[in-house]
Amino acid sequence: MSTFLELEHVTKTFGSEGMFGNGSVTVAVDDVSLSIDEDESSITTVAGESGSGKTTLARLLLGSHVPNAGRMLYRGKDFTRLTRRERRNFRREIQPIFQDPFESYNPFYKVDHVLDEPIKNFRLASSASEKQQMIEDALEMVGLVPEETLGRFPHQLSGGQRQRVMVARALLLKPRVILADEPVSMVDASLRATILDSIRRLNRDLGISVIYITHDLTTAYQISDNIMVMYRGTVVEAGTVDAVIPDPQHPYTKLLIESIPQPDPKNRWGSEPPQQNWDTSDLQITGCRFADRCPAVMDRCQDTKPAQYLINDHQLTACLLHEENGEMTDTDITSTFQTEKETIKAIPANS
Amino acid sequence: MVQPTIEETRLSTEQAIKTYREGARITDADALVVEDLSVYYETDNGTVKACDDVTFTLKQGERFALVGESGSGKTTLAMALMRLTRPPGHIAKGSVTLNGRDITKLSDDEMRKTRLSELALVPQGAMNSLNPVMRIERQIVDGIIDHLDDDDPKPTKEELQETVRDLLTRVGLRPSVARLFPHELSGGMKQRVAMAIGISLRPKLIIADEPTSALDVVVQRQIMQTLGRLQEGLDASIMLVGHDMGLVAQFADTIGVMYAGKLVEIGPVEEVFSDPKHPYTKLLIGSLPSLQEKREFLGIPGLPPQLIFLPEGCAFEDRCPSRFEKCQAEIPDLFDLGGRREVACHLYEEEAKS
Repeated sequence: MSTFLELEHVTKTFGSEGMFGNGSVTVAVDDVSLSIDEDESSITTVAGESGSGKTTLARLLLGSHVPNAGRMLYRGKDFTRLTRRERRNFRREIQPIFQDPFESYNPFYKVDHVLDEPIKNFRLASSASEKQQMIEDALEMVGLVPEETLGRFPHQLSGGQRQRVMVARALLLKPRVILADEPVSMVDASLRATILDSIRRLNRDLGISVIYITHDLTTAYQISDNIMVMYRGTVVEAGTVDAVIPDPQHPYTKLLIESIPQPDPKNRWGSEPPQQNWDTSDLQITGCRFADRCPAVMDRCQDTKPAQYLINDHQLTACLLHEENGEMTDTDITSTFQTEKETIKAIPANS
Repeated sequence: MVQPTIEETRLSTEQAIKTYREGARITDADALVVEDLSVYYETDNGTVKACDDVTFTLKQGERFALVGESGSGKTTLAMALMRLTRPPGHIAKGSVTLNGRDITKLSDDEMRKTRLSELALVPQGAMNSLNPVMRIERQIVDGIIDHLDDDDPKPTKEELQETVRDLLTRVGLRPSVARLFPHELSGGMKQRVAMAIGISLRPKLIIADEPTSALDVVVQRQIMQTLGRLQEGLDASIMLVGHDMGLVAQFADTIGVMYAGKLVEIGPVEEVFSDPKHPYTKLLIGSLPSLQEKREFLGIPGLPPQLIFLPEGCAFEDRCPSRFEKCQAEIPDLFDLGGRREVACHLYEEEAKS
């Protein structure tokens, strides 16, 4: 096995405290390590609320943010040292799908444009007929009928169709990884299923790994193999969805799951949860970042930063309540992630 | 199926109303009566019936949720209730009776006074509805001052500040937010400001148009629960417009399902979720992903019809799994099934008559 992409203790901050900064520093991603395997494809959800750093993490993975600390490896090579050719290859192999299917199109061009462009750019087709064939195959792969889609303007398609054209665009480039940032949050509930289903098919049929960024744990549970939950830049819980969702260990994951508006009038929300306190700068927090909202907060949480503790083979959490599972030394953190990687491998992609 | 006797139906209806009342807020008084409301858009290609013959009643204190996919006419309906329909759209017919007054008959100036003081809108995407160059306090005070009559005493600066402080606290914000600009607030905080503006004149009806559509689950829950608390404080009714069935299940007392400009089903939320009648509602509820079990996604096949070329019969006919001959020929009426349940589907014609 080999690793396609690896983040090693990556930290990304915005703003600066120094002489020229305005004094506020946001730690968007704090010491996150993860790896995406070359051969074993899986669907991994990155979950968390706005401001949890999930989009920053996505941008790091796409290479559009440079980490302040830690490094990213692409096929074992430091990302900052890639040759032009390797970087080009990287840009083909990881493809994003964005949140808003209305803004990712130029309204003056027909939808064909977004499909033509990558083929031209990466010189994927040698003739016009080959290009046409590729486009039609990609559209059919995501469940669209080429004759009904091509030659139209974006406004003539529904939100669900537009988003599926975007999936087809990503697919044209034969990527190893698709990074979908909230792909369904702007789309009607009744159309979500079709988009998620086409994403799931990419994973099953073509072996493409998917990183699904969302705050919607219901769809995450339905389509993904693994999940990592982020809160204010840190990974608070990670593991397989079958371990995490039915039995969350971190109080934040519990809050997220409780807050899902379940379509069941007999099973309603409990009392109103506390709001996040945005007044404290990230750098002022010495302990757990969730301490100010945590229902199970202890004195120690204010000044002790939790490490990652293993709950079982398929689940880790960063919460002091599970400290007895053994605080990890530096090497142990890597081993946790290897375990996490093994759990990814333990589940066949088409389970 | 064994038909219940009239006596049984009456009893179960009474039981339904009783459980309702024990939800506490709801009284018998009608807060809003919408009758045959139709909103048409006149275009070069013909008339678009965005909202057609919609009839429903909202009780004082009730939480009514209007659901439907994009383009089903739910926002058109909400805007028409506020009389904010813009040309080429117009209210073609029907009446909207709010606290005993038909607001479709009011003059523009009277309507302007009615908005905010009697019915308020918490808009979709609060981030875009606040003025980016005005401090929050100015934006809250604006509406209050605008609604003063000429002979009302002018409130002092201190009184206004006190009002703003009180409103912000009630929606769960710190009073110091008053001095901030919108870009300094998070999405959830902006939505709270929009609610503060909405309740500033103690309206009796709050129309919330997808108030949490761009927010994440925890904030969404906080906003909805704050909205519920405010409503109880004001003794107001709420009409929630949206497509998130989960939210509706959590929040509403009554649900109205819209499809292609028409209300196709109305009923108490618990009953509609446990026993949906209209085939569209059935598919809609069946398509919801759940946390209890993993299964294949079931979308609703096909697309809603274009509102400009509506079929002669039922608009859902071509997607409906239980269609029969009559559906193509005739638009079904909204049949009353008793117990505040109504459904617009030919399947229930017999049941409604008996």
